[in-house]
This record gives sequence, structure tokens and C-alpha cells, in this order.
Amino acid sequence: MQLYRAHVLVCGGTGCTSSNSNKIITELEAQIAENGIQNEVKVVRTGCFGLCAEGPIIVVYPEGSMYTMVKVEDVKEIVEEHLVKGRIVKRLLPGASNKDQNVSADSNDFFAKQHRIALRNCGVINPENIDEYIAFDGYKALGKVLTEMTPQEVVDVIKKSGLRGRGGGGFPTGLKWEFAMKQEADQKYVCCNADEGDPGAFMDRSVLEGDPHSVIEAMAIAGYAIGANQGYVYVRAEYPIAVKRLGIAIQQAKDYGILGKNIFGTDFSFDLEIRLGAGAFVCGEETALMTSIEGHRGEPRPRPPFPAVKGLWQKPTILNNVETYANIPQIILKGPEWFASIGTEKSKGTKVFAVGGKINNTGLVEIPMGTTLREVIYDIGGGIPNGKKFKAAQTGGPSGGCIPASHIDTPIDYDSLIQLGSMMGSGGLIIMDEDTCMVDIAKFFLEFTVDESCGKCPPCRIGTKRMYEILERITEGKGEEGDIEKLEILAKNIKASALCGLGQTAPNPILSTLRYFRDEYIEHVRDKKCTAGVCKSLMHFEIEAEKCKSCGICAKQCPVKAISGEKKVPYVIDQNKCIKCGVCMEKCPFKAISKKA
Amino acid sequence: MQMVNITIDNCKLQVPANYTVLEAARQANIDIPTLCFLKDINEVGACRMCVVEVKGARSLQAACVYPVSEGLEIYTQTPAVREARKVTLELILSNHEKKCLTCVRSENCELQRLAKDLNVKDIRFEGESSNLPIDDLSPSIVRDPNKCVLCRRCVSMCKNVQTVGAIEVTERGFRTTVSTAFNKPLSEVPCVNCGQCINVCPVGALREKDDVDKVWDALANPELHVLVQTAPAVRVALGEEFGMPIGSRVTGKMVSALSRLGFDKVFDTDTAADLTIMEEGTELLNRIKNGGKLPLITSCSPGWIKFCEHNYPEFLDNLSSCKSPQEMFGAVLKSYYAEKNGIDPSKVFVVSVMPCTAKKFEAQRPELSSTGYPDVDVVLTTRELARMIKEAGIDFKSLPDKQFDDPMGEASGAGVIFGATGGVMEAAIRTVSEVLSGKPADNIEYTEVRGLEGIKEASIELEGITLKAAVAHGLGNARKLLDKIKAGEADYHFIEIMACPGGCVNGGGQPIQPSVVRSWTDLRSERAKAIYDEDKALPIRKSHENPKVKMLYDEYFGEPGGHKAHELLHTHYAKRENYPVE
Amino acid sequence: MKSLAELEEIRKRTLDQINLRTNNQDIRVVVGMATCGIAAGARPVMNAFVEELNKRNLSNVAVTMTGCIGMCKLEPIVEVIDKDGSKVTYVKMTAEKAARVVVEHIVNGRVCTEYTIAEADK
Repeated sequence: MQLYRAHVLVCGGTGCTSSNSNKIITELEAQIAENGIQNEVKVVRTGCFGLCAEGPIIVVYPEGSMYTMVKVEDVKEIVEEHLVKGRIVKRLLPGASNKDQNVSADSNDFFAKQHRIALRNCGVINPENIDEYIAFDGYKALGKVLTEMTPQEVVDVIKKSGLRGRGGGGFPTGLKWEFAMKQEADQKYVCCNADEGDPGAFMDRSVLEGDPHSVIEAMAIAGYAIGANQGYVYVRAEYPIAVKRLGIAIQQAKDYGILGKNIFGTDFSFDLEIRLGAGAFVCGEETALMTSIEGHRGEPRPRPPFPAVKGLWQKPTILNNVETYANIPQIILKGPEWFASIGTEKSKGTKVFAVGGKINNTGLVEIPMGTTLREVIYDIGGGIPNGKKFKAAQTGGPSGGCIPASHIDTPIDYDSLIQLGSMMGSGGLIIMDEDTCMVDIAKFFLEFTVDESCGKCPPCRIGTKRMYEILERITEGKGEEGDIEKLEILAKNIKASALCGLGQTAPNPILSTLRYFRDEYIEHVRDKKCTAGVCKSLMHFEIEAEKCKSCGICAKQCPVKAISGEKKVPYVIDQNKCIKCGVCMEKCPFKAISKKA
Repeated sequence: MQMVNITIDNCKLQVPANYTVLEAARQANIDIPTLCFLKDINEVGACRMCVVEVKGARSLQAACVYPVSEGLEIYTQTPAVREARKVTLELILSNHEKKCLTCVRSENCELQRLAKDLNVKDIRFEGESSNLPIDDLSPSIVRDPNKCVLCRRCVSMCKNVQTVGAIEVTERGFRTTVSTAFNKPLSEVPCVNCGQCINVCPVGALREKDDVDKVWDALANPELHVLVQTAPAVRVALGEEFGMPIGSRVTGKMVSALSRLGFDKVFDTDTAADLTIMEEGTELLNRIKNGGKLPLITSCSPGWIKFCEHNYPEFLDNLSSCKSPQEMFGAVLKSYYAEKNGIDPSKVFVVSVMPCTAKKFEAQRPELSSTGYPDVDVVLTTRELARMIKEAGIDFKSLPDKQFDDPMGEASGAGVIFGATGGVMEAAIRTVSEVLSGKPADNIEYTEVRGLEGIKEASIELEGITLKAAVAHGLGNARKLLDKIKAGEADYHFIEIMACPGGCVNGGGQPIQPSVVRSWTDLRSERAKAIYDEDKALPIRKSHENPKVKMLYDEYFGEPGGHKAHELLHTHYAKRENYPVE
Repeated sequence: MKSLAELEEIRKRTLDQINLRTNNQDIRVVVGMATCGIAAGARPVMNAFVEELNKRNLSNVAVTMTGCIGMCKLEPIVEVIDKDGSKVTYVKMTAEKAARVVVEHIVNGRVCTEYTIAEADK
């Protein structure tokens, strides 16, 4: 056996991989060899650490020093200074923290308020090495379940833990399992929803990339609980790293006999297969996902019958999301009481969010339920860039809604978010600052839904299109009296009558922005004004004569030659020619050009 | 059946536990509006027209797929329900090409009826609407995606019932459309032209290729001798187009109407059906006696033939080489009849009135022109004939009955029953059994091959042979049957296959009944009943006893299966690629 | 995988290898690796620690490096820090001394007084 004095963990998640972490690993290995310390230092490719904004990320143990935004050129210094001489390379420590200290992953603000359960192994283990998963108690929960517990006991533990579905709906997981368990059938299935489709969300991808075995273990546990011997992981083909690691993990588990026949010498057998999705948003809806696994066009089917009764191939099936599964082994090992002690009364445990938008620390965070939006934005997220004011946050992606600044102290849990007209969703959290136009935001999400509607039912297929057309009109300054009311009628009826959850929630971005920012809509329609200066048709650029020094830079930069002038006379913009690209404003050395609503 | 207690609009009732809310509501005399629903064929809850409030449910539920359960409380007429239905309907209408005045389905359109029933006065949500090309390259079927409401009935029919799968839902969101693979025209995909998609389309998005004008032109051409033949299933359905009850027999009125339209002679395809039995029966006996390829499979249904050419080329040698009755008849008219009447075959114009859209395709097959001219010039569907009658201002319902013209107007009951599933089989057995025994049979009604079971099997004791027979109707059933034979799980002498479920009575060219009728009345059995009544009422019920058939053999063909018969009455088949790679 | 015992065996074995990434180390060995330390021979000392620990499968000990402590003349300097924070500083270390520190101090809990800074001051 080989012990190393130092482990260098390099993030191999999608974010860091795309910013070159593979080359960094190659360089690290080369430099380590160069310094002759390859027998002392081990390089490990891990999953996502979460601080994606600062990637690529490297963590050096035993010190736990985290290096951020590491470039290939920095590797030499890290090896020579830190690994050879023991001197931490301070300039590579996370930007948001105090440069004078050794910043370890635990002491960083970004991590201090997090509580990692689903992400516990992400960034800690090598996801392509089953032994490392086992080292941190991996497959122990499965062992315990198979040898010490009855299926009913497993269901009871999950029920007692209060775990609710992390994919968006928030349905109690234990209850779902119980329904499926109670069905009499010759065949049942366990499915995992890894068809993460919300724009900007990558929670499930990170779990699969960083800790695929936790999902495999949980699915086997679920299989035992409901009496299924076959599982399917439905993962989108656009997640190549996740697919690859999951494939490796399944193979390793099979090689170890953790998947297959008579697991741990018991009567229980369980097998797992990957099914690749082609990226349709609707395939994240449970019945559409199953239809897709069956080989048909991915479209939802009406419920009832619910999947627990008639799911995949008309057999009782449970479908849980990746993050839900990632919690299961810990609940089994540490007990339902432990899990239920985290979070709020009706929302137990933690939730992983992919935080994006106008925030300093974009990335992946796992917080206890009940953490306030303020804590997420200002403590964990490091606040809004450029000192701008927080305006609203969108949760639940295109199915969710916005939470305005007035509710920034709302605890994040299933029920509070629903009360605010939004929803937990799968974990996308988009922060918007004062420069955001809420009508434009609603339009953005609607555009997504219009595009991704499966087309099966008219309320979603045509209704979202009509809502989008109205929003388009409004943002182009062609809004008419009655448009807002039309939006409301459509929204209400699409919500009531669409076939599936995605259609029913499609109007949410409009309903919630109307609820909190109705004035902005009215302003767009009645006054043809966009205060945030986002809607191009509703704003124009102006040169302030007093500030203009007639330097002509703006005229030179203008791509459509809309600006003219001569020496000593202030320049002017021909509004008919202007395409509102904003280059002139950016380039004016005297700040003489500004946006006017 | 176990019963459950439910409440619909505060009215308590007891219904079978396997009912949907829609079915339960019918029992309570509540007609919930539907659009995509078609019982047993398309129960997908897609269109959202039938939404109702279910107590305890978060959103409105589709009545057509929502199962009843003990204590269920349903509200079908709340303001929320009415508004949701109306908004959905307005949305559908906003993307429907509303050229109702010139639409072939005007007044027989389920969408039009919904708009009227739901009292839609205005379409509040107009916007972009689809503008896609019309596909009219197929000789049988026209697809107009701009009228399509995406109910998917056609897809379910094509894919699930017929297992043809020529059309599918493609694209998504607002761009969703029903189309073929790679958006090819129907004529270039393995569509078999059965037209079942047309029969289930609630609107005018699918319709037959209209050949009425060709017939008007021929009738107006003094040079041409225009003959018409009508298939057996037409006479038991045409009345529906004029508001008569399903299953009305209108043979005499139909013949009157055709005469008034100006056809020189009105003949009965059934005569050719009798001829088919003589040829096919002979072929069967020859194959059995001489160790020929068995099972022999009927070849009357052109939808089935094309399906076989695409999907089961290994069975092509099993197909009877007999042309279908309309083609035999066309060949006879352009040879024997033309000769006998001293008319140049080029001046003989044969129109077939068929319950079938695939016959339009069949008539275009180049190999079916034995005389050097196409055996059949134009095929009209039952619906097109009705349109001609209406256009001519003929008061169909009041017409007196008229007999088919001689010499080709006489047919046996065996020819008539060709129109229902099992009919060809029964007709063949009536003849084969007597040919073998040489004496009249006591019973000529072979009820074991009648009825609507998907695959019917019978073992019939004939003189010295136990004839193992099977009958399949609907291509899905045909597929099942052929797969069984391929797998060695079944073995027959003689098989009848009809492309359309129920046989020709339910052909793709027959009058279209809306879902509210189709879902609760079995068109197939009502029309088939009329067919069997017609058979019973005829003095001659066996093909070999048809004096006109005897005359044909005596005067012209010699004997069944003889040289001349082969030349004029038989054909051949060839494998077709499904998606040929260029 | 036919038994839980098998699983436990893998767990233990691997945990030894990656324990470094947890906060479960009982003892930290800190080797001064500034220029002064390296010049005085800190590298072989550190290697000796790693090797000795490896030999004995002592995964609960972390070997780390630090910069100059400020007593360059006593290099190579090694600090052994217990879980409770109590610290023993060994000076003028060699590979042989390192081996002894592992056996005596780390395994048996007896401080090698003769190598400590207190002794060196005398």
C-alpha cells in the first residue's frame, strides 16, 4: 500500500473541465515528476467543488488549501512552492477571501454556511474509483438495508426522515416508495431522473460527475424497498462526463457484485442501465421520461394512473431525481432523526442550488432548508457585483417564479416559495439586479417554454406561444390596452388545463412578475417605457451636448454610422439609424452618452 | 363488473369501476365535449376539451382518461371548466385554417361543431398561424397540416391499429405537426393508402384525393362510353351521407342516382367478386392439390397488398394472383364487354365507386392494364359519389329503386359479403365446398368467420380436406397473424386479410362519422349487418351459381384459371422498399 | 461482493489511503522546508517520515511542510503536533532520527527528548 503525504484534488466537473482542468492535471503530474516527488504526492480528479465561478479549482491536502482560477502556468509554482517547500501560494487563494490566511475549503465564506449531504463526496473522492466511495462509508447503507431491514422498514425510515422530492414537485419520497411497494406486480422498476433541463441548473450533473456511486447505491436501496430488480438512469446525452463516470461506476459496481445477482449474499438482485435522453426539456416530466425510455416520442401521459401503479411499460415504477437519491444512503446510515433535524418543519434536510445571474460567487451550493435568500445571496454568494441593488431572484427555472427584494428574508423551503408564487424547482437560482426588466425576464422564460413545449396539448402548445407573442409586443412598445388582462386569462387557464406539470407551471414566470412588478408591465404598455433600459425598442441613446467634446470616437465606433458631427459642435445620434447596440456609450471617454427610457 | 358510487354535478350514480369520467357522464346524460378522444383508438387526454373539476385534484382533469373511483366527485359545468374549455378551443381555432366554406368537412367537422356547441363568439387569442405545404402527391390521400388540430387520432390509427406507422407527430412546441419521416410526401413512404386516418380525422386535415371532376369531364365527353361499378360496401353506407341511419341499405337508390348522373351503364362489382371466387377458389384447390405455396392469402384489399409488399415480402408468393374485383371488372369491361358491344376499348371509361382510398392507388398500378388501357380509369370513394349526387341536385332519399344494368349487373350474395370481414372467406368456402362435393351444401352460412374478433380461425370439413382458414381484418391483426405463421406457431390453407378494421364496410372511403357516434356505435357491425341482410335477400347466394359468371366463362374465358383468365384476371406483386436510399 | 466483511475490508484499506482528505488525522508532522531547511537536509528527513509511516500503515498521521520557523541553524526542524494541539519540536533531524521519532513518539507515544529543541538549547 502506498500512502502519500499530499493529495492534490483537481476538479473534473464540467465547468472546470471546460476551463482546462485536464491540462492542469497533465501539467501537475509532469511537474511532480520533475521534482521527484511522485511517490509522495498523489493527483486525484474529483467532482465539482461548487465554486464554479472561480474554476478551475485545486485543493491540496492535508492542508486543505483551495486554489482558484488556476492556469496551466500556475502549476509549476504550486508544485515548487507548496508541494516541495510547503509554502502556500497565496495569490491563487479564492478572490473573495482574506489573502493573508491559508484558505481551506472549510473556512471559506462560500462553504461556511453550506451543509453538504448530497454533495458530501463531491470534490473529495475520485468518482471513478469505487474504493474511495466505499472508504467514506459507501455501500454501507445498502449493506445495512439488505441484511438488517425489511422493505417496510426502509420505507418507514425514508418517510420518517421527511425527505421530499428534489426534482421540483416536493412529493414525499417515502410515500412514493410506499405506493410502489404496495403494488402487486411481476415486475417493478426504479428510475432516476437525470434529465436536468432548467436553464442554468447543474445540480444533478455535479452529483453524477462527482459521486455517481451514491445514486447507484440509493437506487439499489429503492429497488429493495419497492421490490424492483431493474433500474434505469435517464440522463441527457449533453452530459458526456456524467454519462461516462456513471457508466464507469455502474461497471465497477457490477464487477464488485454490488449490482447484479444476490447482492451481499442475499436474495436481492438489482441491475442498472443508462438511458440517454436527447435533450427535450419535457423528458424531465416523469411520464414523458418513461415514455421516452420505452422508446417513444417523449411526451407526458395523463395521470392517474400514477407511475407507482402503472409506470414504465405499465409496471409499478418509482422515479426520483438524482439529488433525492444522493441523500438516501446518509439517511439510512445516520438515521431519519438526524436528517429531520436539519431544515424546517415541513422541508427537511438540505437543498442544492445552482446559483447564477448577477452574483459574485456563481456556482453550486448546498444549504439547509430554511436558509434565507439573503444568506444565500450575501453570505454564500458574496453579494451582487458592482454594488448594484438586488431586485429579484428566480427559483424553479421556467416553471418557477420570482421572489422580489421585499421577500429577501424568506426562508427557502418548499412551502414558503409556493406561497410567494414560485416553487423550489430542481434548484436553479438566478439572481437579478436593478438593471433587470421583469417583463423581459418573463419573456425570456416564456421563450424557453414555447420552444420546449412537447406540443401535445393546446393550452401549452398554442397558449404559451400566444402569451409569448403578447410579451413580445409589450417589450417592443406595441402593447395594447387589454394585453395584461389577456395574459392573465391565458395564464390562469393554461395553469388549470394543461396536460402535464410543465404546461401547468409554464405561466408562473408571468404570474409572479405580474404579482410583484405589475407596474413595470403597465409602464411598458401605457407609457411605452422600460425603466431598466433593457427593452431596446423602448429606449434610446442620447449625447449630452454639454459633456460632448466632439472627439468623434463615438462616430468612429458606431457600426451603422448613426452618429455624425463636426469639430466643436456636439455630436448627435440619428435615432432612425441607431440599432441600440450601446457601443457609443461604452466608448465615450467623457461619459457624455446615456440610455434614456 | 364491480360498481362504484360517484357524484357528477351533484347527481349521484353508480357506474362500473372501469369507466372513465366521460363514460360515467354519458350515463348521467351529460355530453362532455371532446376532440381528440376516440374510444379504444385514441384515449390520450391531449386536447383538454373534456376537462372537468375533480374534487381534491390540483388542476382540471381530462374526463376521457380519468378513471372513476369510489366516492369520486366531479363537476362538469363550473365557470372554471367552461372558461378553460373555451380558452382552449379559441387557442385551437387561432391556429386552424378557418376556410370552412370551402372545406370538404364543412358541416361534418368536429371542430366546427365544438365551436358552435361551446358558443364561441370571438377568437380572442389570434396570433401566428401555421403555414405549411399541403401534401397532395399521393393518389389516395391529401394532407393539409394547416387544418390539423394535432388530436393524434390519425397517428394512433396508423401506428397502433394499422401498425403502418407512416405518420407520426414531429417537431415540438408551436411547430409540432403530424408528418412523415423526413417530411416526405405520403406517396414516398410506406403508407398503404388505407385511408383510416381520414376516417378518424375530426377536421379536414386529411381527406381523399378528390377525383370528382375527372368523372364530370368523362360524363360530359360524348366520345366516351362511361361505365360505373359499385363495390358491395358502398350500398350499405352511402345513405349516411344523406342523413339516413347507419346500416341503411340503399342499393336501388344508389343505382338510380348513378343512372341520373349520366353513366351509360351501372354495374355491380359483386359480379366481379363472384368471378374472383371462381378464380381464387380454383387457385386454392390447385395449390392444395399440387403442393403449391400455402397458405393462400386473398388479394382483394389493395391496402393489404401494399402493406405486404412493404413489410412481408416473404409472403408475396402466398398472395393469390387474382386481381381485385374492381380490376377484374375493369379488364372484363374493356375486353369482353367492349368487344361484344363493338366499342373501342380506348373509348370505354370505367369508374369504380369504392369504400376505399387504396383503390385509387391500385387503379394507377401500371401492371393493372391488361388491355393496354388502365383496367379502371377513376376510382371514387363513397363520399365523392355522395358529393356528386348533391352537386347534381338529386334528392337521394326520395329516389325510386332501380336494378343494376345488364349484362354485368347480376351478382350473388357471396359477392355482396365481400364487403365485410370474413366475407371473401365465406364466399370462397360456399363455392369450394360444392365444387369438391359436387352437391349443394345444406348450410351456406359460415358464421365462424363472421364478426369483429381481430383474428378468426376456422377448420372447415370439406370433401376429403379439413380446410384450415384464418381471417384477419385491420393491418395490426394481419401483422400478428403473419408473425405467428413466420414463427411457426400457426399453419393454414387459406387466409383472408382486409386492410381495414371490419373490412370494406369500414373502408377509408366510407362516410365519416364523428367521434361521438363512432365511439359509442360500432359502425362496422351495423354496416356488416346490412351486408348480410342483403346477402340473405338475394335469390342466388353462391358465386358459381351466378348465371352471368357462367356466361362469361362459356362465352369468353373458357375455364377458371385458364389462359385468357390469366391474361386478364391475374396479376403479380413486387417487394417495395420502405425508405429507399437513393 | 458476497459479504459485508468484504466491503468493510475495502473501506478500511482505502480510507487509510485517503484519510488525508479528512480532518481525522490524529498527528501532524510538520517539516520545515524553506531554503534553510532544504539546505540542511529536510527532504530526506521528510521522505523518511513518509516511508516509515507507510511501512507501518499509519494513515492517521499527516506529513506537511512549512516555511522557515526562524531558527535556521537548528534545521532540519520537525514539529509533531498531537490532536490536542500539544507540540514537540525536534531539531537537527536526520533520516535515522525520523525513523526513531515515528517508532517512539508516534507509535508508542514516548517523546524522543534527546532530539527536542529543549535538549538542543542545553
